[in-house]
Amino acid sequence: MRKINSSQITENVKEMCIEANYYLSEDIEEGIKASFKKEKSPIGRQIIGQLEENMTIAKEKKIPICQDTGMVVIFVEIGQEVLIEGDLIDDAIQEGVRKGYTEGYLRKSIVKDPLIRENTKDNTPAIIHYNMVKGDQIKLTVAPKGFGSENTSKLAMLKPSDGIDEIKTFIINTVDELGANACPPLVIGVGIGGNFEKVAYMAKKSLLRPINESSKLPHIKELEDELLIKINALGVGPQGLGGTTTALGVNIETFPTHIAGLPVAVNICCHVNRHITREI
Amino acid sequence: MHKEIRTPISNDQIKDLKAGDFVNLTGTIYTARDSAHKRMIQEINENKQIPIPLEGNIIYYMGPTPAKENQVIGSAGPTTSNRMDKFAPKLLDMGLKGMIGKGARSKAVIDSMIKNNALYFAAIGGAGALLSEHIKEVKVIAYDDLGTEAIRALKVDKLPVIVVIDRKGNNLYVSEKEKYRLDI
Repeated sequence: MRKINSSQITENVKEMCIEANYYLSEDIEEGIKASFKKEKSPIGRQIIGQLEENMTIAKEKKIPICQDTGMVVIFVEIGQEVLIEGDLIDDAIQEGVRKGYTEGYLRKSIVKDPLIRENTKDNTPAIIHYNMVKGDQIKLTVAPKGFGSENTSKLAMLKPSDGIDEIKTFIINTVDELGANACPPLVIGVGIGGNFEKVAYMAKKSLLRPINESSKLPHIKELEDELLIKINALGVGPQGLGGTTTALGVNIETFPTHIAGLPVAVNICCHVNRHITREI
Repeated sequence: MHKEIRTPISNDQIKDLKAGDFVNLTGTIYTARDSAHKRMIQEINENKQIPIPLEGNIIYYMGPTPAKENQVIGSAGPTTSNRMDKFAPKLLDMGLKGMIGKGARSKAVIDSMIKNNALYFAAIGGAGALLSEHIKEVKVIAYDDLGTEAIRALKVDKLPVIVVIDRKGNNLYVSEKEKYRLDI
């Protein structure tokens, strides 16, 4: 057994919360730059130019790319041969979020109760997903997500007879109806299969995959490519003000499902698709 | 290309601005988000004075990140406007002349803008670092307990925004989308 102290987890989560909010990943940066050249709308091009400038300012001045520094989602893969010493892993992670959001000057956007709505003042709790894997390491992925885009997400329990056409219609309509509010250019995370909660989880998790990396399943890759073309033909454009760049990528994850069902979930993300991974 | 506008904004200036115009705003604007709007409407209903002087002024739907020691304000981009839709007509009736946010507005808000000769501007969502560079002074003027949602008076210098819905109801979210929409 390899021993890992919980304080190491706290420290890493703290740093990752800060870094994820100040710096965008390379695939997104490249995607935005490439879209500037392709965008047909003059207004759209001006907007993409401002987004590039914004990324540079955030990086140089070490300030958040976006003021909505999000609700934090953390994916944890724990090797079976790891022994965690010290605090409970859940408490160690929440402490990391608390420290990151305070020391990193990040916005605290979480309320204690969905109806009473009193701010927790430290952006906790984060939403944590655990998975047991082989090995003696812990892999942490920190993905803060703002609610401008989170609010535009949808889930549908389709019928098996609806098939691929209804899947496409549901995804495209979701972007068409709500995309303008989600700060395009977007990254579209999609889950297909599993059950009610699994499909939403997959939609979120698919956002972690770089936008320049397709699904390994040929028929899903084909679907991703087709959806990206169709979504960009909607005309929504940068910030919803018209144009040919509505999305930078469509990422789909699938899972086996029940004979009676065809769950589909769309988790729309803005161009500030933040996520950072570390292994300890 | 950019039109230079100073706040408070006059009716003549509003007449000159059309959907699609890029505008640099200079002067004082006020922030308010969901909770601040809810509280203001409550105060109006109780016949109390609200903290924002509405006549000729502009509300920015924004809640910033905390400022570091050497900063005026943290990241300061717009939030989604449609959450403020049910409050906006009342404020427009009382003299509010402009709103800055992102995303589409309801028919009721657009009708009220036409009736009251007002404008809706979009700031670039997710460009909070860039927008913060144009904010020169910040003062919390009310609802301090709401934290990031408190009402702030911002002194801005050439804040870049776009007129997306003008006083006649011309709406870029509709017209520009149509231009680039392909039937495939």
